[in-house]
Amino acid sequence: MIISNTEEVPGRKITQFFGVVSGSTVRAKHIGRDFMAGLKNIVGGELKGYTELLHEAREEALERMRQQAQSLGANAVVNVRFSTSSVAQGAAELFAYGTAVVVE
Amino acid sequence: MDVANLVVFLVLLLLAFFAGEWIERRHFKSLRRREQRWRRLPAITLRHIPESWQVEDASLLMGSTVVSVDYFKRFLAGLRFLFGGRVKSYESLLDRARREAVLRLKKAAMDGGYHAVVNVRLETSRMANSRGNEGTAGVEILAFGTGLKLHQRPA
Repeated sequence: MIISNTEEVPGRKITQFFGVVSGSTVRAKHIGRDFMAGLKNIVGGELKGYTELLHEAREEALERMRQQAQSLGANAVVNVRFSTSSVAQGAAELFAYGTAVVVE
Repeated sequence: MDVANLVVFLVLLLLAFFAGEWIERRHFKSLRRREQRWRRLPAITLRHIPESWQVEDASLLMGSTVVSVDYFKRFLAGLRFLFGGRVKSYESLLDRARREAVLRLKKAAMDGGYHAVVNVRLETSRMANSRGNEGTAGVEILAFGTGLKLHQRPA
């Protein structure tokens, strides 16, 4: 499965469109990570725990999108976008969406 | 104000000032070094690829980081909000974070054997504080784009 955020897959031709596919996940930080981040907040810099958490969550959202595209019979998803929103205190929704297509 | 509280506040402020400065200076140094090293790998925001490029493979690539400002700078920024104007301490933080995210994107491209990244986009989002009080737990910067494997490395 080819995933791309360009409008077409570079070097290939799109032969069929299936429409929007999406995947999302809502994650909360766990208390240990939050405590460490609280300490890190004093000296500033990167909060590695959160970086990893969001990265994993985004991978999962992409995986769900990929599965949806697969079940439609697509072999690529183009023009993929992301959106992140904090839905509740300490929780965030990671959302990925794109257009499922068939490429040569 | 309680004397003990004041002491804790001052100690935190000093610790944050020295540690924060040190970490920031070290980070900028490392950013410059890596930017220099990977400048041959183009990460461009254009959607259309040059016609001379023969693409063999394409894939979505990402790089991200969550950063937070230190206690001293937050205090400074707090003062700044009284008068308005540029909040330099946050500017440098976001600058560091964006450059770091782009470098991680480039690293992902390097590791995967890609020759270029096109249609690079940057997104910024705030992470809410779980205690629900004012302020944030951090700011996330995400850089993503389409990595290309080319028949021939671009000049």
